[in-house]
Amino acid sequence: MAMIEMKNVGKWYGTFQVLTDCSTRVEKGEVIVVCGPSGSGKSTLIKCVNGLEPFQQGEVIINGISVGDPKTDLPKLRARVGMVFQHFELFPHMSITENLSIAQVKVLGRGKDEARERGLKLLDRVGLRAQADKFPGQLSGGQQQRVAIARALSMDPICMLFDEPTSALDPEMINEVLDVMVELAQEGMTMMVVTHEMGFARKVAHRVVFMDQGRIVEDDKKEAFFGSPRSERAQQFLSKILHH
Amino acid sequence: MSTWDWQVFCKDTIDGEIVPRCFGSAGDITYLDWLLSAWGWTLSVSLLALLVALLLGSIMGILRTAPHRGWVLLGNAWTELFRNIPLLVQIFLWYHVVPALIPPLRGVPSFLLVVLGLGLFTSARISEQVRAGIQSLTGGQRMAGLAMGFTLPQTYRYVLLPMAFRIVIPPLTSESMNIVKNSAVAFAVSISELTLFALQAQEETARGIEIYLAVTGLYFVSAFALNRVFHFVEQRVRVPGMIGGGT
Repeated sequence: MAMIEMKNVGKWYGTFQVLTDCSTRVEKGEVIVVCGPSGSGKSTLIKCVNGLEPFQQGEVIINGISVGDPKTDLPKLRARVGMVFQHFELFPHMSITENLSIAQVKVLGRGKDEARERGLKLLDRVGLRAQADKFPGQLSGGQQQRVAIARALSMDPICMLFDEPTSALDPEMINEVLDVMVELAQEGMTMMVVTHEMGFARKVAHRVVFMDQGRIVEDDKKEAFFGSPRSERAQQFLSKILHH
Repeated sequence: MSTWDWQVFCKDTIDGEIVPRCFGSAGDITYLDWLLSAWGWTLSVSLLALLVALLLGSIMGILRTAPHRGWVLLGNAWTELFRNIPLLVQIFLWYHVVPALIPPLRGVPSFLLVVLGLGLFTSARISEQVRAGIQSLTGGQRMAGLAMGFTLPQTYRYVLLPMAFRIVIPPLTSESMNIVKNSAVAFAVSISELTLFALQAQEETARGIEIYLAVTGLYFVSAFALNRVFHFVEQRVRVPGMIGGGT
């Protein structure tokens, strides 16, 4: 059974179709990178995975549970699917420690001390233990994004979704975030990553999905995608982002 | 202009004699007693109406940002109903029309009707501010809350509202000060508050200047006191690392 399975997902804003017939799957322990030009629907696609964006057609199944089924307890499902956003979205009125523990306490029902301990351990792991008592507004973008990854991990997720995690960062901060993600991938975390960082894709992705105009145009093993993408659109895209 | 006569406040309200120490005794009251009692009514109307307005205004503002069409419609209808009718007319409606249409309300004291009228009028304005506060947060905050596994009410409780309320403290401050000033309409339904006091006392004593200056001073002090309370709260809940939040 795949960890994430998308079957013929279609989504409309009014009469405008943003996703057409999107199907792909992520096996347990697999890392897939989703790329494509801006406006191609990659962010919308990844938000359909945990039901943050509703879709009108098709099916998304996470670990055997259907996201689109009205009977599904979405909060419970989402609590087990970690998500990292382009603009970090830490909770600005809470200290870093509170950011890491609030959902553990309120959603998973862990004790405050246990949640705090777990949070501090994860802060250690992303190298930010010293910032535990600061507030998000006092950290750099790269630090905030590492905290956001730690926050997602604090819920012991079965898989992780990344929505352009480095696009809002200054160039010198991109690597500190990618390093954390690479480490996570090498530990066997199931990951679906929307990104333009082809270096990351080359290093840890198993498969690359290329989207254009709301469709999945390519869904290949990494070697095949970088070696000889079949579609002209993907070739153009790669030549634009790799040759400078 | 004749000279000022501040002793007018020491006069007994019945025989007009100046009372030593300015406070009446044995059931007689001076204008100073009356003024203070009127101030009490003004503060009572204002603070209770503020409670009603903050509570209902917040609920309606929240509903207007909910992802359910019915709730949004309810919040919008509420807001438009109470902000498109002049305040004074609303007070008269509560006093004359509503009890006629809803018989159980006939026995309700006019004080409570004014609290309700002023509270509901202001709740429409607060609903608009709370909505603006919530909508000023990026959609990403709502998504981040939901993605952590929070239910929608939890997302509001822990993620959206704490920031939204911080953002709208300045307009809420103005609104709470407005309530004190707008409470003057209560005179129209014979609540013995500051404005009614001023109208009656200046007629009885012919010392309109002193009476109005005193009333003006008390309105200012009351509104400004609320302003300071909200300012204190604003300082206390500042978020480190945010604009104006220090380091």
